[in-house]
Amino acid sequence: MSVGIVMLVHTDFDRAKQIARHWTAAGCPVVIHVDASVSRKAYTSFYRALVTDPLIRFCKRHKCEWGTWGLVAASQSASELMLDTFLDVRHVYLSSGACVPLRPVKELIEYLEARPRTDFIESATTADVPWTVGGLDEERFTLRFPFSWRKQRFLFDKYVELQRRVGFKRKIPNGLVPHMGSQWWCLTRQTLSAILSDPERDTYDAYFSKVWIPDESYFQTLARQYSSNIESRSLTLSKFDFQGKPHIFYDDHLQLLMRSDCFVARKIWPHANKLYDTFLGKGSVTTKMAEPNPAKIDRIFAKAVERRTRGRAGLYMQSRFPNDGWENGVTCGRYSVFQGFSDLFEDFEPWLAKATGTQVHGHLFSTEKVEYSGGQSAFNGALSDSAAMRDYNPIAFLTNLIWNTRGERQCFQFGPHDEQWISWFMAKDPNAQISVISGAWAVPLFKSNRNFADLRREAAELQRVESQFLNTLRSPYAKARIRIWTMAEFIEAPMEPLQTVIDEMGQSGLRRLSEAPKMADLTGFGQFLQNLKNQGMHPYLMGDFPVESSDPNQKKPPRKPYLVQ
Amino acid sequence: MGVFQSYRLRLLRRRWLIRAIHKRRELRPIVDRTHQIRSSDLLCFSTLRNEHVRLPFFLDYYREKGINHFLIVDNDSDDGGAEYLAEQPDVSLWHTRKSYKRARFGVDWLNWLQFRYGHNHWCLVVDPDEFLIYPFCDTRPIRALTDWLDASSIKSFSAMLLDMYPKGRLDEQPYQPGQNPLEIASWFDSGNYTVEKNKKFGNLWIQGGPRARVFFPDRPEKAPALNKIPLVKWNRRYAYVSSTHMLLPRGLNQVYDEWGGEKASGLLLHTKFLDTFSVKAQEELQRGQHYAASVEYKAYAQTMRDDPELWCKWSEKYINWRQLEILGLMSKGNWA
Repeated sequence: MSVGIVMLVHTDFDRAKQIARHWTAAGCPVVIHVDASVSRKAYTSFYRALVTDPLIRFCKRHKCEWGTWGLVAASQSASELMLDTFLDVRHVYLSSGACVPLRPVKELIEYLEARPRTDFIESATTADVPWTVGGLDEERFTLRFPFSWRKQRFLFDKYVELQRRVGFKRKIPNGLVPHMGSQWWCLTRQTLSAILSDPERDTYDAYFSKVWIPDESYFQTLARQYSSNIESRSLTLSKFDFQGKPHIFYDDHLQLLMRSDCFVARKIWPHANKLYDTFLGKGSVTTKMAEPNPAKIDRIFAKAVERRTRGRAGLYMQSRFPNDGWENGVTCGRYSVFQGFSDLFEDFEPWLAKATGTQVHGHLFSTEKVEYSGGQSAFNGALSDSAAMRDYNPIAFLTNLIWNTRGERQCFQFGPHDEQWISWFMAKDPNAQISVISGAWAVPLFKSNRNFADLRREAAELQRVESQFLNTLRSPYAKARIRIWTMAEFIEAPMEPLQTVIDEMGQSGLRRLSEAPKMADLTGFGQFLQNLKNQGMHPYLMGDFPVESSDPNQKKPPRKPYLVQ
Repeated sequence: MGVFQSYRLRLLRRRWLIRAIHKRRELRPIVDRTHQIRSSDLLCFSTLRNEHVRLPFFLDYYREKGINHFLIVDNDSDDGGAEYLAEQPDVSLWHTRKSYKRARFGVDWLNWLQFRYGHNHWCLVVDPDEFLIYPFCDTRPIRALTDWLDASSIKSFSAMLLDMYPKGRLDEQPYQPGQNPLEIASWFDSGNYTVEKNKKFGNLWIQGGPRARVFFPDRPEKAPALNKIPLVKWNRRYAYVSSTHMLLPRGLNQVYDEWGGEKASGLLLHTKFLDTFSVKAQEELQRGQHYAASVEYKAYAQTMRDDPELWCKWSEKYINWRQLEILGLMSKGNWA
């Protein structure tokens, strides 16, 4: 008999009974503290059920409210009773009614016997750990907390504020260095009795009774005064989420808990029958003298907290709808937008798909309908091709499309013919790669066989829309990767910009471009532009195109095919 | 939100409650087993009409998930469903002949029953064709969820409506009593939902799915709302405003995170689209008892006559909750 268990109980008495009997069956004495706010009836039946066991004692009851002194007072009373009653106890293990031993008690006894002078108590100085939730770390020890955080939150907050404003600071007695850590400890008789029989204990108790959450700092601080050998970790596996409340274990955690090799875990859901049956049953757990290793459980809970606090970027749904600027990424992946390319090149879309292996759509924001790649009538996630549905919420349309195709880069065409509402959103999105050949919209006009008056009107309109889009892209708020060439600039050496854009996409396994897309025949384009100018409509977005000789009979040498190095 | 606005919402809530209390006279108890309800019980509330064929599976599904008592309003069924329900040991049943529409689509009746019996209980409000899916629902009962919500001081739990449909014509595979409707209607739309915020009540307004895609491609604003908050730790001061889409006080509608994180949420698998649908749609159209002058049912009747297929190449087949979580339709939040 070397380890005694102190159990703090306030609810789920049936489970507590089961646990207490499990400890005593292995020969460990148990001292139980029942919260003073538990009804007399519940207490009596619990007491009657266990008092016959010679290894179980009940200590004086204190009112235990979370974050208050009561929990420390309870641990003190129970520990005193334990040390006085069971003289051969060497280690005292503080636990609760929701703590379940995961390994046979025998192993815990052997483990502690092999370390007779070690105190297992997590204890760190406040400055060095980021544990605290809610902003009170150093101040826990220097302010006073007479109000309940749960029931008198308003007074609690106001009183803290007042003390901060006045500059009130408590003096920490006898040069104690405040330490904090998990409230579940396992101390040796030597250390524990030194703490409990310290001549200065009244001073310490008076001080700590006004500290915020003293159960995480009283023993943690005082153990530093007496212990010769502190192992700063808790033997109890107890994980806290971002609000500071403990994670709960369920039946489906069984394998995880078994593999953790921890001695004790909390909290276990009281209805997790499989866990209780497995861990409190006899001999069902394999024996091995392994060190506790909660790393995998840590990872799972850390992930859960991250899911709750950061969420999945680019996802908008019923329980994640971030305010502007809080999205951690407005879309979930990179995508490329091309303006003017499919006007200038006759086979740009199939060429791009072949060159990069990405999904290449037509004009997704076309006024007629959504032009998905291959002319499909619906797309990933059952997105419809109805323009009305897309325009009902264009941002949701785009974020959905990018979310639905996670892992596959999307490229699409954009242009001044298209609905423009989305342009601000794309310009601000760092995931967007926007490449524009300005003025290329004039090429289809040039090729078309329409009345010049109509062409002139349309050209003016397209130029106006595109110039607005370019202003958006040049705004200081634009965060996309943006490249703009005038058409004249671009056709000088088209391969170089294409190569840059495609390299930046970073699709793996790409070689240098070996084949160029086929450029539209631009013979006479300069004259076309001049005609527009002559009509009073000055197209300027495409840059300077020289007017070719007006003599139709003059032979022009065929344009050299551009070469790829 | 200003004092004035919050006072107006308070008056509105009072008004719905008074209306609900008034409407209690329309309900006649058939079997009242509410004395069996214990203080920790999980309660399920439902209004229905002619759903006999669905009832056996519905009750079993929720019993298995840990619902202790069902409180059901029967709006004048004539298919034997009421008699069937009256025999069930864990069902309390009320009957009414009055207008579903004038009881604000059943909300007033259920608000009354929840006012009377739901106080301090976790209450689930679902239709017989809605099946609640929540994180870990394959290994943990609803009580694990509600205990966790209690411990986290969360009072309401969101579960968006996810419309399920079969592959092929709706009437191809007839539904049998007791059968899992998800065996037939096992497909859904995974990523075409749009979300907006309703400033007045603070809830999200979600539309999309197959109903928007097939029935309302040209009028997406008319597509039905899919956001639902069906599971609430009830207090007699609470009131549902419009179906289970939103509640008052408006704090209960805050089931979503606005700072980039994800709160825990589930889904209601909506198995409306079975072979029973076209008959039902016809009947409901004649009764004219549904929302917005039954615009939804008119659109259904029109489309179903021409081509009653909701399935498309990009439909997703239902596997389990983890699949729905990965697709981003629901979230574990920080429950692990």
